[in-house]
Amino acid sequence: MTQATATPAPRPAPAPPRSYQFPRFERSTLPNGMRLVVAPVTKLPLVTVIAVVEAGASVEPAGKEGVAALTARLLPEGAAGMDGAALAERFEQIGASVESHADWDVTAVSLTALTKQLPAALALVRDLLRAPEFPEREVARLKEERLAELLQQRTEPRGLADEHFSHALYQPSARYASPADGDTSSVKALTRADVRAFYAARYRPAATTLVVAGDVTMADAAALARDLFGDWVGERPTPAPAGIDAVQGGRLARVVAKADAPQSELRVGHRGILRTAPDYFDTMVMNAVLGGLFSSRINLNLREAHGYTYGAFSAFEWRRGAGPFFVSTAVKSDVTAAAVQEILGEIDRMRREEIGADELTLATSYLDGVFPIRYETTAAIAAALANLVIHELPDDYYDRYRDRVRAVTTRGVLQAAQQHLHPDELRIVVVGDPTVIAAALGEVAGVGAEVVSADALERRA
Amino acid sequence: MNTRVLVTWTLIAAVAGLPGPASAQGVPKLQYEKRTLPNGLELILHEDHSTPIVVVNTWYKVGSGDEKAGRTGFAHLFEHVMFMGSENVPVGQFDKWLEAAGGNNNGSTTEDRTNYYESMPSNALPLALWLDADRMGHLLPVMDQAKLDLQRDVVKNERRQRVENVPYGKWNETVLAALFPATHPYHWPVVGSMEDLSAASLDDVKQFFRTYYAPNNATLVIAGDFNRDSAITWVNRYFGAIPRGPQLPPRPSVPVVTIPRDTFLVLEDRVTLPRVYENWKGERIYHENDAPLDILASVLAGDKNARLSKRLVFDMQVAQDVVAFNNSTKLDGYFTVWVTPKPGQTPAKMAAIVREEIDKVVKDGITPRELARAQNARRTSFLDQIASVLGKSDRLAEYNYFAGTPDWIQQDAARYDRVTAADVQRVAAQYLTKPKVVLTVVPQGKKDLMVMGGTE
Repeated sequence: MTQATATPAPRPAPAPPRSYQFPRFERSTLPNGMRLVVAPVTKLPLVTVIAVVEAGASVEPAGKEGVAALTARLLPEGAAGMDGAALAERFEQIGASVESHADWDVTAVSLTALTKQLPAALALVRDLLRAPEFPEREVARLKEERLAELLQQRTEPRGLADEHFSHALYQPSARYASPADGDTSSVKALTRADVRAFYAARYRPAATTLVVAGDVTMADAAALARDLFGDWVGERPTPAPAGIDAVQGGRLARVVAKADAPQSELRVGHRGILRTAPDYFDTMVMNAVLGGLFSSRINLNLREAHGYTYGAFSAFEWRRGAGPFFVSTAVKSDVTAAAVQEILGEIDRMRREEIGADELTLATSYLDGVFPIRYETTAAIAAALANLVIHELPDDYYDRYRDRVRAVTTRGVLQAAQQHLHPDELRIVVVGDPTVIAAALGEVAGVGAEVVSADALERRA
Repeated sequence: MNTRVLVTWTLIAAVAGLPGPASAQGVPKLQYEKRTLPNGLELILHEDHSTPIVVVNTWYKVGSGDEKAGRTGFAHLFEHVMFMGSENVPVGQFDKWLEAAGGNNNGSTTEDRTNYYESMPSNALPLALWLDADRMGHLLPVMDQAKLDLQRDVVKNERRQRVENVPYGKWNETVLAALFPATHPYHWPVVGSMEDLSAASLDDVKQFFRTYYAPNNATLVIAGDFNRDSAITWVNRYFGAIPRGPQLPPRPSVPVVTIPRDTFLVLEDRVTLPRVYENWKGERIYHENDAPLDILASVLAGDKNARLSKRLVFDMQVAQDVVAFNNSTKLDGYFTVWVTPKPGQTPAKMAAIVREEIDKVVKDGITPRELARAQNARRTSFLDQIASVLGKSDRLAEYNYFAGTPDWIQQDAARYDRVTAADVQRVAAQYLTKPKVVLTVVPQGKKDLMVMGGTE
């Protein structure tokens, strides 16, 4: 076959974009302090509900790490006189499956259902939030499953790298140092009484926001909320204590030993910034250029220039406290040190010189253009609204988002890099074969690499 | 399936599904228009103006099922090479231009087909079409050894990341090699072996492109917010001059798959808990027993009230997880149940309970409620798949390829509505009482945990 020889058409320039607006939404508050956020979206006869409760891992009492996740998982395992099987059957009968989980900041109970099933669905959410039973047998089962998961993680490089990175970054006393779902010693010690105490202290109307997005009006959603939650009482609980994000500081290189590993799993990073930082947009665009896009510097360097990896990225993890900034990748074992060197070099370059105008345009026009794609479904819209609630962002946040992205300058990106990237504070954690990687890694890092066993955190516990 | 990039790291938020509606709601028809260009390129259009975004999804009718022993993994390696630039698109610009337009893209390869998609704001549609046309029509003049070598390294790292450095990661290729004879193209995994990846040559790339990447072996789906007439004009402008390729070679002839007797395998791996995988021969996609086998998988382990989940995880509390699925593809299929015992429990005990539960289905059948629950879940999953324009473009392309018409989602859904409790009982007896391939993945030095015949 011959290739087409005609002069090809020139690359088409983009047409003007069609206008897009993030869905309108309204807020209201019940007399007991429970808040309501409703976005009427009438594309399909569907509605997504997310109940956001300020009951995340960061408000757990010391020694009870993992109780938030355990409590959240127990909600659908018994409530209002129904066991887990009966509840599953009820949700299935209305065509909805319910998710209940806790992260660092909140517990979220979510489901999507046909609009006509909204009253029944919300009544079940009420049962989970207000009448959970925490059956002893299910407490024991979920504890055992978490412990087995931790055991399995000893040989799972990604989870292992994440866990060791957090441990290497934060101070031992900081909540962020150990896994959100708890570690072996804390989970083993949890009891049903701990779950009940956490529930009683944290599941309160004034700490709960009901987000509803879909084919529903504010009036209808508010009436349902009043009926189901109006007589729920309880004071607003105390916020998370200070110090959950305290870091150790300084540069470190640590190899978590995995003998004969064909690949090294890398995490390189330090403390990030607060979601409410005034230069959030500069920082987000900076990260997009550094490692947030396929065409970012780190991915192009490690993957497309060197062929070291299947992919590499960087991210700021947004929590109410300062979550980590980190670069994440998996590379062939024998290029581990070289890959770390490239990562360190890209972080330095980001701080040293302004990015090119073309790089800025690429990142900002990507973030601008991709914006509507993120909110295609009611579930995605509800999740976006839940984010407003969790991070206490202003109501016009999504309306102003694209303008604020477009307003970022190369100067702003440089300042964000200089203020928020800290080469001297980088914690370099590698899950891999120490005999192949440790010596060269220590040299590149300039601090010498310590070697720990995969179960080091286990034995500490 | 292997993809060009891991989806987890793209900036796009996960588009959560469209759960829902039980039996009251049917699966809607997907409106479409299908045309064929003079050079053989199929074009399928589906308009949805609810959000200003559009997807271009190009399917090439080639996958690892077209490979030969000794050249495994090539279709997927080639997928990666397709992103390395073409005559009018310098290396690296494919992604940069698309990202600058607000677009995401990825590619994926299965046993049967390879696809490439771009998802973007609707105003970027002509750019995506132009980029896809340039690599369909003008790839080889700028192809060279360095590009191949680089993507070979990326793909080898993909294999390390997905298979070799993952607990249990080698289970699937181990089972495939035992289920399918050496001359069957499903004998090897899509990603191929390291040796074969090393052996792939630049000539292989050129020959493969000339053979399979012609407009007459491709389908272009455009879905979302676009103007029909403009889209057709652009497709004709950019793709119309690409010449038709030669007649496609016949797909390799495939031996009949039979598993004459139970096969027991053990694989030592860096895992802390063992896991047992039981595998039976299944059927090709859309075979009359395909939907009943899917329903059977749901009845066994589809939700927390499913038989194996309820008994092993919730009632006895002896398993960490249990999974059942029916995998049906163009040439053949298989049915898998896997169980991870909790610490202190054995794979043999798990296998014995799996056997008991299957025997109960064979002997006593399933209840109407179990059937309805599995059917409702299936209906929900159809609605999930069409919640996004990307999902809809995949449905249209898949039906066009496997069913011969894009207009098949309602027929597909009807296959599951027609399944009876008796069908499920019948396929359990017909398939899951036959000889099987049993693989136990065990921690290093723990071969004694292997499930063997007679231990049940």
